[in-house]
Amino acid sequence: MEVSRHWRLQAQRYQLVGETCDSCGVKLFPPRDVCLECEAPAQELYTFTGLGEIYSYTTIYDAPAGFEHNAPYMVALIKLEEGPLVTAQLTDMDPSEAQIGMPVEMVTRKLRTDGEEGMIVYGYKFRPAVKELTAV
Amino acid sequence: MNVSIIGLGQTEVKEMWDTSIRHLAWYAIEAALDDAHISKVDALYVGNMLSGELSQQNHLGALVADFAGMRGVEAVTVEAADASGGMALRQAILAVKSGLVETALAVGVEKMTDQTGSAVTAAMAYGLDADYEAMQGLTLAGMGALLMRRYMFEHGLDVADFAGFSVNAHANGAANPLAMFRNRLKPERFASAPLVADPVNLFDMAPAADGAAAVIVTSREKAMDMVPQPVEIAGSAVATDTIALHDRRDVLWLQAAATSVQKALAQAGVTTEEIDLFELHDSFTVLAALSLEAAGFAGRGEGWMLARDGEIGRNGRIPISTFGGLKARGNPMGATGMYQIVEVARQLRGQAGECQVEGAKVGMAQNLGTNGATAVTHILRVAE
Repeated sequence: MEVSRHWRLQAQRYQLVGETCDSCGVKLFPPRDVCLECEAPAQELYTFTGLGEIYSYTTIYDAPAGFEHNAPYMVALIKLEEGPLVTAQLTDMDPSEAQIGMPVEMVTRKLRTDGEEGMIVYGYKFRPAVKELTAV
Repeated sequence: MNVSIIGLGQTEVKEMWDTSIRHLAWYAIEAALDDAHISKVDALYVGNMLSGELSQQNHLGALVADFAGMRGVEAVTVEAADASGGMALRQAILAVKSGLVETALAVGVEKMTDQTGSAVTAAMAYGLDADYEAMQGLTLAGMGALLMRRYMFEHGLDVADFAGFSVNAHANGAANPLAMFRNRLKPERFASAPLVADPVNLFDMAPAADGAAAVIVTSREKAMDMVPQPVEIAGSAVATDTIALHDRRDVLWLQAAATSVQKALAQAGVTTEEIDLFELHDSFTVLAALSLEAAGFAGRGEGWMLARDGEIGRNGRIPISTFGGLKARGNPMGATGMYQIVEVARQLRGQAGECQVEGAKVGMAQNLGTNGATAVTHILRVAE
């Protein structure tokens, strides 16, 4: 796998670092430098709390190369408490427990491996919330 | 638009282990050239998504031109995920419309079966956001599942409520000799098919396969002299949306699809009521529902009702997937959009055989890239 491609995303993968728009104040994840809402520059870093709720979810049975050993696994759209949606795997739960609106929190887990000798990619997943939602 | 279609070609859609990508493209091109009674064109646009990943072959413009006996012709590959086919036609239209190219050929080709299993599943996800979707293990089917689950939640639906789309597609595919699936689907079996990405099952998702289709365009004046039944390009429009579903302000609204339809309708000077058939991008049943809503054939959350009420059949209010759609004709990703164009044009020529929508005069084709991040809409009309 491509080491630099994953290395340069470490702040996003490990800490959910996104951005705040200088102009309209909206919070952005993933960071994108040009605001999704008002198209002004958005470059002030913001670390998300990692709390949110399930917006939609699926269990993937037909896994792509690199994820076969995880299948079946769950992927969701998570609505972060600051507003944005993020695509992430659900972990520490059974598919039958998932439901839209369920509170979840970010954890750092192994996303995929690349054979015995290859790189291991870590990143965010979400699990049923232990913490309470904070007021933002 | 002053651009007309003068030639159509297509191959069967299926797993063709003995046929290479260059042969697939050539078979469709040969058929289109024969149909137009010409032997060469001035420019070649090759719509393709996955040849680099699945066949270790890029540079399809030169490859296909060379293999098709058109050495020397201007040629290039056009890529927009599974909207590559429609986008290739768009480039051919722009070329002819510009006046720099007299006759252009657009061919969509995809060779899916040079690899199998998880490699193909991974490749099909290349149109998603690699860093923030695919790296989380999201697949194309998973994307369809996230849309479908949310649609079911917001509108209080079950999986069985989507059955009408696939039942219609298979009924039409059964009458299309080139379709991958020619079996009828029993509505009661729909919801119990094996899951691909819950709630998307095998009967929700269009099957990937090999295939190629080609269309030749030239100016309207020239077309009138060349063939007995030119089909006019009345509208052609492209729009884009955020590549990732999670960046949409409204996940269940296909804004690019809506924008491209509005532009194409305005160019053609018609309303949705005048559209006799609609080849939409039914890679998943939920995308068929959302496409009907974005195009204005149904209100928000009501696209699925057209399938339930039999409005999408050959004699319904708005016939869709008239040759089987992606679901039953099959989905050769980068070629799919070109099949849609060939199918609409055959309907307008009255050459659709058992699939014929009686009296079709105006038809629309919409080709989506993944979740509608790219939307390519064309409106075709019987030449007057």
